[in-house]
Amino acid sequence: MKRLVACILSLALTAAAFAQSPAPTNPRIRLATTTSTEQSGLLAYMLPSFEKSTGYRVEVVAVGTGASLKIGEKGDCDVVLVHARALEDAFMAARFGADRRDVMYNDFIILGPVADPAAIAGTKTAVDAFRLLASAGSVFISRGDNSGTNVKELDTWKAAGLKPAGSPWYKEAGQGMSQVILMADQLAAYTLSDRATWLAMKDKSSLKILSQGDPLLFNPYGIITVNPAKWPSSNYPGARALMNFMTGPAGQALIAAYKIAGEQCFYLYK
Amino acid sequence: MKEAFVLLAGGDPETWGIVGRSLRFSFFSTVFALVPGIPAGLALGQGLWKGRRTLVAVVNAFMALPTVVIGLFVYSLISRSGPLGFLGLMYSPAGVIFGQAFLAFPIVASVTQGGLAKLDPRFRETLVTLGAGPWRRLFATLIEARAVLVAAIVTAFGRVTGEVGVSMMLGGNIRFSTRTMTTAIALDAGKGEFERAVSLGLVLLVIALGVNLALHALAPREN
Repeated sequence: MKRLVACILSLALTAAAFAQSPAPTNPRIRLATTTSTEQSGLLAYMLPSFEKSTGYRVEVVAVGTGASLKIGEKGDCDVVLVHARALEDAFMAARFGADRRDVMYNDFIILGPVADPAAIAGTKTAVDAFRLLASAGSVFISRGDNSGTNVKELDTWKAAGLKPAGSPWYKEAGQGMSQVILMADQLAAYTLSDRATWLAMKDKSSLKILSQGDPLLFNPYGIITVNPAKWPSSNYPGARALMNFMTGPAGQALIAAYKIAGEQCFYLYK
Repeated sequence: MKEAFVLLAGGDPETWGIVGRSLRFSFFSTVFALVPGIPAGLALGQGLWKGRRTLVAVVNAFMALPTVVIGLFVYSLISRSGPLGFLGLMYSPAGVIFGQAFLAFPIVASVTQGGLAKLDPRFRETLVTLGAGPWRRLFATLIEARAVLVAAIVTAFGRVTGEVGVSMMLGGNIRFSTRTMTTAIALDAGKGEFERAVSLGLVLLVIALGVNLALHALAPREN
């Protein structure tokens, strides 16, 4: 028993020596986030430095923007990191969120087989590319999960004046981005992806970027703390600390430095 | 395939951590299912009370429910916006164990009941004629049916170790917290990283074999 106590004490002391600030009362922060921040490897790259300097422990539930916001709405997480501005604004307007800040951005890209049967390569706008896909009836894999990427894709179909749901060539997968890239690869199909997940999956896929650069495909990420007035048991101090880290100098420097195979994944607001 | 063996043989801490966590969750959820499951099975397995056969059918039906349905049901209970939300079980190890116990309970009850039904009816009559009281009779029945109890434990354990729906929905597949063998396999396969998925699959295969060999060894032999 004495040895056990001594062991725990020495562990606690070591932990205390490593932590720069006093240990937080509730060290557990639950972060619900889009699959792209997790599958791109960004969180695994950034969070250890946050955890080491603050003593918090971040538990990541990676599900997609729509599902993340729902989890926040129900009070089952403390903070969300998502990318669908309209959904985020609705979340804030309904007072589910306490604070919202911009974190970073990148862009969406249209992926497809090298053979490019719908001949979308080189199209200037996403709307043109989507119209070509529809008229060729080429297989398109949609996330179909109300994620940020899915929302952007549906907005693009709408902007093109098309309703693809129910067409035989339009397949709604209901899965995360990397699963959908793998599916599109197997089916020689087209899909819309965020750039970060694509960079992480590139060497496992034979697809290539066929259309990019349309301002419509801008992809901004925001962080929102869950409103403690609605869910008093949520870890609001922890959520604030994570928000300050992600949008502060240390976190922003890590985001700017994060590269996959030499390519920048996320960009900072100037 | 080779990488999978390297991960296991090399003692990769995260892989073995996931294996340990899975077994821990399964152990506790099986124990929590046994506590109400065995008495329920005993009650269902004997006596001539009204509605017994209907209840047996209900328990058997629950045993066939998909794990995601159990997960959904428990989700609505333990989400912060649900009746047990104040416990903060959602996306925690305790939440997974709670959900898995729900999954295992009908299995324990049903296997116990089914095994008792196979006991020689003269056994009970003998106990009564020998003048054993109700507690004495219960104790003697448990001893006589110990193979049945072990079968219930082993079956329940096998089921919770191999399920993915409850763990994914209630645990959220959080690294170092609620990531189990099955959710890790789903994640790795989704990312196209098959090495660890295969190594965990091998461990699950060994567990499934162990469970079934144990059951086989316990099965009463016909002479």
